[in-house]
Amino acid sequence: MALQFPIYLDNNATTPMDPRVLEAMLPYLTNKFGNAASRNHAFGWEAEEAVDKAREQVAALIGANEKEIVWTSGSTESNNLAIKGVADMYKDKGKHIITAVHEHKAVLDPCKRLQKEGYEVTWLEPGRDGIIYAEQVRKAIRPDTILVTIMWANNEIGTVNEVPEIGALCKEHDIIFHTDATQYVGKLPCDVEAAGIDLLSASGHKMYGPKGVGFLYVRRRKPRVRLTPIFDGGGHERGMRSGTLNVPGIVGMGAAAEIARLEMPAEIARLTALRNILEEGVLEQLDHVHINGHRERRLPHTSNISFPYVEGESLMMAIKEVAVSSGSACTSASLEPSYVLKSLGVGDDLAHSSLRFGVGRFTTEEEVRYTLAALVKGVKRLREMSPLYELALEGIDPNTVEWGHH
Amino acid sequence: MAYSPKVVDHYEHPRNVGSLDKSASNVGTGVVGAPECGDVMKLQILVDEETGVIKDAKFKTFGCGSAIASSSLATEWMKGKTIDEAAQIKNTDIVQELSLPPVKIHCSVLAEDAIKSAIADFKKKQEARQAQSVAK
Repeated sequence: MALQFPIYLDNNATTPMDPRVLEAMLPYLTNKFGNAASRNHAFGWEAEEAVDKAREQVAALIGANEKEIVWTSGSTESNNLAIKGVADMYKDKGKHIITAVHEHKAVLDPCKRLQKEGYEVTWLEPGRDGIIYAEQVRKAIRPDTILVTIMWANNEIGTVNEVPEIGALCKEHDIIFHTDATQYVGKLPCDVEAAGIDLLSASGHKMYGPKGVGFLYVRRRKPRVRLTPIFDGGGHERGMRSGTLNVPGIVGMGAAAEIARLEMPAEIARLTALRNILEEGVLEQLDHVHINGHRERRLPHTSNISFPYVEGESLMMAIKEVAVSSGSACTSASLEPSYVLKSLGVGDDLAHSSLRFGVGRFTTEEEVRYTLAALVKGVKRLREMSPLYELALEGIDPNTVEWGHH
Repeated sequence: MAYSPKVVDHYEHPRNVGSLDKSASNVGTGVVGAPECGDVMKLQILVDEETGVIKDAKFKTFGCGSAIASSSLATEWMKGKTIDEAAQIKNTDIVQELSLPPVKIHCSVLAEDAIKSAIADFKKKQEARQAQSVAK
């Protein structure tokens, strides 16, 4: 099949919806329009039934009971509800929270807000491999620690933290454990029981479902986790999230979860192979290339690569037929390089030279091979016009040069 | 954010990429920016020592497409000008020519700095040379 442009390799930002998901949703966008909270007529029952089926589908994907699923608008809301909800509900027990510096903004910013409100937050720092280990959490635990919130897999580098170990540690110390699993759920096997998770956030659009829908898993037994809601209203979702349910979105999320669960083993193998074509090709054909984060403890579809002496945005122009994400935020209004890469000790210069590639369910081998070829050609061309590569070839490490600042 | 056609043209067909002998007395070199800021420009000029006319200009840039285009354009504009004329090139001229959006104005500022720095380097070399010949 001929290649079609542009090629989408930014599946960590969002994923295209699986056509099977759309098919499941369509009736609920048209004639099955009922409000799931309408208890006294067929339209409502039909909607409620669909929502309950989706609850079972996502519960099956994460090893939970369907009663433990609270629908939200997506992971940002789930994270806010989990973090702020626990902080408020358990404030008499303590006001200490443990998180990590390279979490998503939807975890960092709620924690920062709580800090302003008088909570104390310990910010764990990863090492060069990007992983947060249980031992780091253990050292940070205090008698007044009420919440540990550590993401399962990182959105920029794909590294997988020591989640089951952190979960076990939290159980041991009777601390609530929340994990932002947005990037992880639907990609690698998940069992909230085995992993000792009390709260888990996930989004539909990261797993080939629709945007604007997600859920928060809230443990009901051992312990029964309670949350102060953010929204006041009709008391939907066991009082934790008021608001009329997004029935078509929820149906889509359920369908996406079921497909992810059934096809996961095959998909892991296929995506790992595609990613390896890219990584092995780049390492083979270019000098001075680094793959960021732990090489094994990683999502199968994500690759974050630094191409020293070449600036990320100019490299994105070189592969303009391919949609990827830059480690430099130069494309946005701020000129700050990625805080995630910086937290790994990747220098600002290298953070500016990094790209994130995310293959997905609809990525083909041809697309990956095209990307690899364009990438190699682009890096070589840009290095030829790079004053930093020239220095490196002269044997001068650009890091040892004293640069002026502007 | 879409790039203007002129930026794309300079990025895809950069003018005057390369290096001149930085130790030569008739070559001025300016290196500005810093890798951790995401832009480094090296701009070099080859000057006729009698007339002060810039006979050749070369650049190498580490930076985004707009930074590459700004330095490419700078070399194009400098060639054939006297160093005094070249010193008059303003970052706003570059912004206008390349239709740079506000977030990319710093690229043009950097290019202007590189021009000034290359000229200053050339002048410094000339002064040193004159001082040397007077001493003789």
